[in-house]
Amino acid sequence: MEALIAIAIGALTGCGVYLLLRARSFAVVLGLTLLSYAVNLFLFASGRLVVGKPPIIGTADTFADPLPQALVLTAIVIGFAMTAFVIMLALRMRADLGNDHVDGRD
Amino acid sequence: MSAHLPILPILAPFLAGLLLLALSGLTPAVRRALSVGAMGLQVAIALALLAATSGGEILVYRLGDWPAPWGIVLMADRLSAWFVLLATLLAFLALVHAGDGADLRGRHFHELYQMQLFGIAGAFLTGDLFNLFVFFEVLLISSYGLLLHGAGAQRLRAGLHYVVLNLIGSAVFLFAAGLIYASLGTLNMADIALRAGQMTPENLGLARAGGLLLFAVFALKAALLPLFLWLPAAYANTSAPVAALFAIMTKVGAYALLRADTLMFGPASGPLAGLFEPWLLPLALATLVIAMLGALAAENLRRLAAWLVVASIGMLLTAFALDANGIAAGLYYLPHSTFAAALLFLLAEGIARRRPARADLFSPDRDMHGFRLWGGMFFLAAVASAGLPPLSGFLGKFMILRAAGEHAAQAIVWPVILVAALAGVIALARAGSSLFFRTKNLGAGTGRQQVRPAGSPHELTAIAGLFLLILALTVAAGPVVEFTRATAAQLADPIAYIHAVLGGAR
Repeated sequence: MEALIAIAIGALTGCGVYLLLRARSFAVVLGLTLLSYAVNLFLFASGRLVVGKPPIIGTADTFADPLPQALVLTAIVIGFAMTAFVIMLALRMRADLGNDHVDGRD
Repeated sequence: MSAHLPILPILAPFLAGLLLLALSGLTPAVRRALSVGAMGLQVAIALALLAATSGGEILVYRLGDWPAPWGIVLMADRLSAWFVLLATLLAFLALVHAGDGADLRGRHFHELYQMQLFGIAGAFLTGDLFNLFVFFEVLLISSYGLLLHGAGAQRLRAGLHYVVLNLIGSAVFLFAAGLIYASLGTLNMADIALRAGQMTPENLGLARAGGLLLFAVFALKAALLPLFLWLPAAYANTSAPVAALFAIMTKVGAYALLRADTLMFGPASGPLAGLFEPWLLPLALATLVIAMLGALAAENLRRLAAWLVVASIGMLLTAFALDANGIAAGLYYLPHSTFAAALLFLLAEGIARRRPARADLFSPDRDMHGFRLWGGMFFLAAVASAGLPPLSGFLGKFMILRAAGEHAAQAIVWPVILVAALAGVIALARAGSSLFFRTKNLGAGTGRQQVRPAGSPHELTAIAGLFLLILALTVAAGPVVEFTRATAAQLADPIAYIHAVLGGAR
């Protein structure tokens, strides 16, 4: 379980960073999205991995940490809004500057 | 009411922004008046907060009255109140300047502006690391809107870099918060300091990694070397009032660095104490050097002003990296450098509008309209920016030099600051002489022909306001320095914060 999560976070981060370094705005947006997925998984793991337990103290011997879940929820909402914004900005650049290079010139 | 004082600087701009959004059908003049009125109210609230904290109290506001560290807290001390007051004063004057027409070039300028203040005030007042992330996002998404306000190709180009870099910064911030939660089990800043003091060695690596990732994020916001490359293009291409307001945005990063350095990784944090120290001073000095090279190479006034913002961050963080005297000197230099940077941005736009053909490029042009007035104002602003006597910049730099005199790195700090000051004087003198003295007859019909009045009331009010603030800072240097010394002394004692936030529970 730990290894699987670690590999997933690592792969998402690696692909995200690779795409962020591309010169086309679409690839950069995809990279940002992958990076935010990696962050969300990472935040989940920061409360330690617990399977099949309620996030409430006192109902079972062990419990899942509820705080990272709340953090992930917030991070997802913010990340979603930011992705929407950066897509609109990239489209606007494509329309106004006539190309999709991140520096605005080919 | 006074029990709720710490949350008022956050609520006021938020409610004003909502109100303006709801009343978007009103005429521009009424909306402008509403926005300026709300900003004036925020200045009054910031003054009240400063008065309430100046005695050394640490006001803690528990949201929903949940006890810390389980609930989210707001925390107002001298440092927070000082930054909030600075931000609201600057925002008030920049908003007055925006009344000149910058607010009509696109939709929702005033809503975005108020939301920007909501984020800035929140970042200064929160006592919780994740909450700090949320307020950073609030201020960033408003800043994206303001930066691109009115659009234009140059603005879009610089805007994409700014947005993408800050989104990467947000992702790194979350990684850092995750690491700190995983290793310390808390996100409350005072609780982080407390638990860091008691932590076991097996989690130390994780916590250090998280702390240093935080340093990288705050360095990006503060535009510290090597993460400053987004700033000159973004600030130089946006509208003048927005650039003037953004003079405080890099200071949010400086605030976060100072808060983390003194509280989360302060003297009470055991193995994590002084986590930032090996990095802060060298990077700050290197930033100062690079920024001055950039200022010398700038080809127009707006870019020069943007590089001087980077330089002021280098100067400020050099001061913060020294010791308590350095922090006190830096906190005095902070308002001066912010107002001076804003002043240069406002003047750059005024000069660019009035030069007949070359805008604010450093190349010969015909005589500009109202060159006596604008040349005189530029001269005063240049004296302030360069830190020459008799204005407050000189006092601030002098105090930073004196604090450095007692520091082990004096042999490096003094030459860098003095040479950087000389470079600043050269860059500004070159700017002034090429803008106002090197005139030539370009022949009739070339370039734009705009005849503008020597100064519109909005422009002149905002510029005069900034001059008056710098003058007040110079005249009242004694009491202000006393206050900043008390602030530095308060920051040196993280135990007081831990007691105030967590109470006697632990």
